[in-house]
Amino acid sequence: MDQDVQIKITDRDGKLHEIAAPTDMALNIMEVVRLYELAPEGTIGICGGMAMCASCQCYVLTEHPLREMQDEEEAMLSEAFNVKPNSRLGCQIQITPEMEGLEIELAPED
Amino acid sequence: MITTDILIIGAGPTGLFTVFEAGLLKLKCHLIDALPQAGGQCSELYPKKPIYDIPAYPEILAGDLTEKLLEQSKQFEPGFTLGERAETIEKQADGSFVVTTNKGTQHKAPVVAIAGGLGSFEPRKPLLENIEFYEDKGVAYMIKDPEVYRNKKVVISGGGDSALDWAIFLSDVASEVTLIHRRNEFRGALDSVDKVQELKNKGLITLITPAEVTGLIGETKLEAIQVTKPGESPVTIETDCFIPLFGLSPKLGPIAQWGLEIEKNAIKVNNALDYQTNIPGIFAIGDVNTYPGKLKLILCGFHEATLMCQAAYQIINPGKRYVLKYTTVSGIDGFDGTRKEAPKAVVKSIN
Repeated sequence: MDQDVQIKITDRDGKLHEIAAPTDMALNIMEVVRLYELAPEGTIGICGGMAMCASCQCYVLTEHPLREMQDEEEAMLSEAFNVKPNSRLGCQIQITPEMEGLEIELAPED
Repeated sequence: MITTDILIIGAGPTGLFTVFEAGLLKLKCHLIDALPQAGGQCSELYPKKPIYDIPAYPEILAGDLTEKLLEQSKQFEPGFTLGERAETIEKQADGSFVVTTNKGTQHKAPVVAIAGGLGSFEPRKPLLENIEFYEDKGVAYMIKDPEVYRNKKVVISGGGDSALDWAIFLSDVASEVTLIHRRNEFRGALDSVDKVQELKNKGLITLITPAEVTGLIGETKLEAIQVTKPGESPVTIETDCFIPLFGLSPKLGPIAQWGLEIEKNAIKVNNALDYQTNIPGIFAIGDVNTYPGKLKLILCGFHEATLMCQAAYQIINPGKRYVLKYTTVSGIDGFDGTRKEAPKAVVKSIN
């Protein structure tokens, strides 16, 4: 059964990548970015996905309903740089079948 | 000059376990770490978070793992240079290395083991274009000596524990303390949040939220800052000091300039043998290294440290043969004169 969703990720150099993200591996957006090596190792997911750094910050460009922001993510984003109203931490957003067509852009490195 | 057998850069779990494995081979270790305490990420980022994949520990808090590793290596009397960052390395005529920290402390060893994880933790600097000009001229990212702020006007920004704690502390020292945070909510120990509320009510701390520092002003040193609330125009506030406290982020830092082969922000090593880098005598173990199939796991760091120590033994004792001894059989002789060993079986006849 094909459980991939197509998502569009713009990397930090502005390059657009259309990728198939699996929904059956409990991956989050940060992990998908690493899986496809869309940002150099060591510049994304530094804290390992604990919402304790903002290295996976991304801007959500579409209106997909995403998991609501939890306290930890909100607190981290309140101390991050380059934050916009559509900023999220990629590590806190699990890939689900509802995300077909999602478009995001990676925030610049700190 | 501090001299040792294995100089370990990074006092995280991999570095700490190296002390134990080296000790079994009668090799002495000294550790350098940019953080003021041992434990690396485990103590700096997530001391209260559980880890589930340390062999034989179904669950252990990262802070407790650090404690246990320190305890395990204690009898091998490791030396520590903490709060200093390894800056330069120079190879000596005798084949050994001298590593100097940013504070000028020198260390000499025949073997260097880089167990630097993601790099050294550096303060995260806010994105203000002229901020570097004001560094040491009113802007500081960490507080070393609170007395510097006596009777000064101080602005702190940030919303975590360190921002809260320093605002509280400096309210007693500085003439004015202003705390600026992007949100109304603070993320810190409840005690600290309550205390800041109390000091605000007493007029000892000025709180500006939700707001951001958006500009720095001053001819030769910091004289004022600009603060902007969402949807409002910037306001200028006179101040002597601005202390942004936005946490720490790891940077590979000076190690990247040591002539080591770097790939994917990590140091390439020989994983078929002993995790040596392209420079003989310098090893890289734990999260800081990379090789085909590398996994950044604490347990992999332990394994890498163990094999690296064998190679270090050969460098320090050339030509000497080594036979693996099990700790259960041979016990452990500490450098501090202690001995641990399995209790001897009692041989006694039953009549």
